Amino acid sequence: MAEIVAVNHLSKQFNEVHAVNDLSFSVNEGDVYGFLGQNGAGKSTTIRMMLTLIRPTAGEIKFFGKELYANRNEILKKIGAIIERPDHYKYLSAYDNLSIFAKMSGIKVTRKLIMDQLDMVGLADRSNSKSKTFSQGMKQRLGIAIALIHNPSILILDEPTNGLDPQGIADMRNLIIKLKKEMGKTVIVSSHLLSEIELVANRMIIIHKGKKIAEGDVSEMLDPSNTVVLVETTDNTKATSLLSAMPGIHLTHTTDDRYIHISLDKNDIPQTVTQLTSAGVGILSLRPRHSLEEYFLSLTNNTTHVETFTNRTV
Amino acid sequence: MWKLLQIELYKISKKPRTYIAFIAITAIVFVFQFAFKADGKAYLDFMAQDVTDSFVFDKSKAINGYFMCYIILNTLLVQVPILVALVAGDAVSGEANMGTLRLLLTKPVSRTQIILVKFIASFLFTVSLLVWMAVTALFLSMAIFGVDDMIIFRSKGDVSQILQITKDDVMWRYFAAFAYAAVALTVIASLALLLSVFAENSIGPIIATVCIVIVCTVISNINVPIIDKYAKPYLFTSYLVGWKGFFYINSTDDGETLKGTMENWPAVRNSLLNLLAYIAVFLSATIIAFRRKDILS
Repeated sequence: MAEIVAVNHLSKQFNEVHAVNDLSFSVNEGDVYGFLGQNGAGKSTTIRMMLTLIRPTAGEIKFFGKELYANRNEILKKIGAIIERPDHYKYLSAYDNLSIFAKMSGIKVTRKLIMDQLDMVGLADRSNSKSKTFSQGMKQRLGIAIALIHNPSILILDEPTNGLDPQGIADMRNLIIKLKKEMGKTVIVSSHLLSEIELVANRMIIIHKGKKIAEGDVSEMLDPSNTVVLVETTDNTKATSLLSAMPGIHLTHTTDDRYIHISLDKNDIPQTVTQLTSAGVGILSLRPRHSLEEYFLSLTNNTTHVETFTNRTV
Repeated sequence: MWKLLQIELYKISKKPRTYIAFIAITAIVFVFQFAFKADGKAYLDFMAQDVTDSFVFDKSKAINGYFMCYIILNTLLVQVPILVALVAGDAVSGEANMGTLRLLLTKPVSRTQIILVKFIASFLFTVSLLVWMAVTALFLSMAIFGVDDMIIFRSKGDVSQILQITKDDVMWRYFAAFAYAAVALTVIASLALLLSVFAENSIGPIIATVCIVIVCTVISNINVPIIDKYAKPYLFTSYLVGWKGFFYINSTDDGETLKGTMENWPAVRNSLLNLLAYIAVFLSATIIAFRRKDILS
């Protein structure tokens, strides 16, 4: 697939704070590209720079091979976006909101087009209701309709599940998958939740304190041979001793009193359990967690990250 | 651009706060008209007490539609900047507060276009306010009080004057005065728009605009030579009341007013040019600031 977005050495400095620091990545046509990082990692700043809302201190952003700022209007015609909250003109109806942003996108607006779009997001029967009367989920759906009304090639969704209930989160997830599979859109989606990214993205980047930590295919980054298991036993001291002597198992984390953190191939878990129980160590619980998740959480919790993953970072 | 302007005007027309200004103007005008209908003669006696010895006029005809409009404009044009700031101060900051600014700026429209459209929309709002003032304060007063020669009371230094303008020489002066007022109020609108760029809620720029207008107006009214020389020429508020110049008519040595004349057209013209310069400065500053602004809201 052709490279559709190229971000090169992008930086943004607010006074003394480096919100984004020498960030480079690329997105291919048809990707659902996950943008993962904890709150304050620089995800929103990067996305806002990609939408010309924030001017970079340094670096270059290209869409379709063209420099963003030199071809701003041409490029923005091909991009739809939801940035954090789905805000609209509260004093206007869903129809008016959609109509206004459609006109601003430079497309020919007809009543049928607007109603079809509202119908697609399930708001056709509320077309004349003011958006201030909408629930968060409905506002998000209206935001999606606005983002899609001009049939963009790329959708940029910044934390699109923020504030949504579980059903809304599931709907958003399904929509992203549908956008890729049925409509062939390229989607860039940010989140601070790995589980969200894991379910929708085929490629992703992890950023932390404005810097890239990792980038690659989600399937490779979530390789099952990198599973971390949190083991809770009746005798953690004895279990630690036994596990450290077993081949193919690495102790990854020693600061947790309750769980022993081990890294191993997922297929070796049954055999490991058998060996522990045979040695008289009772298993109270086993919590498999992928090394990427462990790694990401270690960033979030500001603890030591998993060694096995660091070898795979870009 | 035209499509953007239509959108902006539509948004303004749908905001409830837009109509506060029209309601306020209507209420104030009606209070004036009621008061003068009920007891206008007392006002006239009070105003004319210093000049009745030297100037004779028919008080029963003095309170007419033209006179009423002049009295109302004298009071109202001091308050209208607040009403203009209500809309112009909300133009960008209101969008930032609502969260629509970031959505607006991801559309293929330049930031300069957005500011120009918001400026034009604020100007058209100002003009529509003045048209409404003309309808209520001038035409409605003409219907209620009738039409006759217009009497103006003027303090020039320590001297009180009465100017009389014949009824067939008044209307063009009102058109000119309203046009001047439109320019003067557009200065306020462009100032409010500039302040609006730096804020993320509407209250700040609206209050800041009103405060600046009040402070500058107070300074403009201090009659001390050093302020006359070094401050007043640079304050836009010094030129806001320049519309009155259209009603200061020339007269002969015998005191007879000369139809179609103005006492000091060059001063009015210079005031107008100063106001236009202020609009250019405020608008340019707004465009520059907005183009450089990082949208963090």
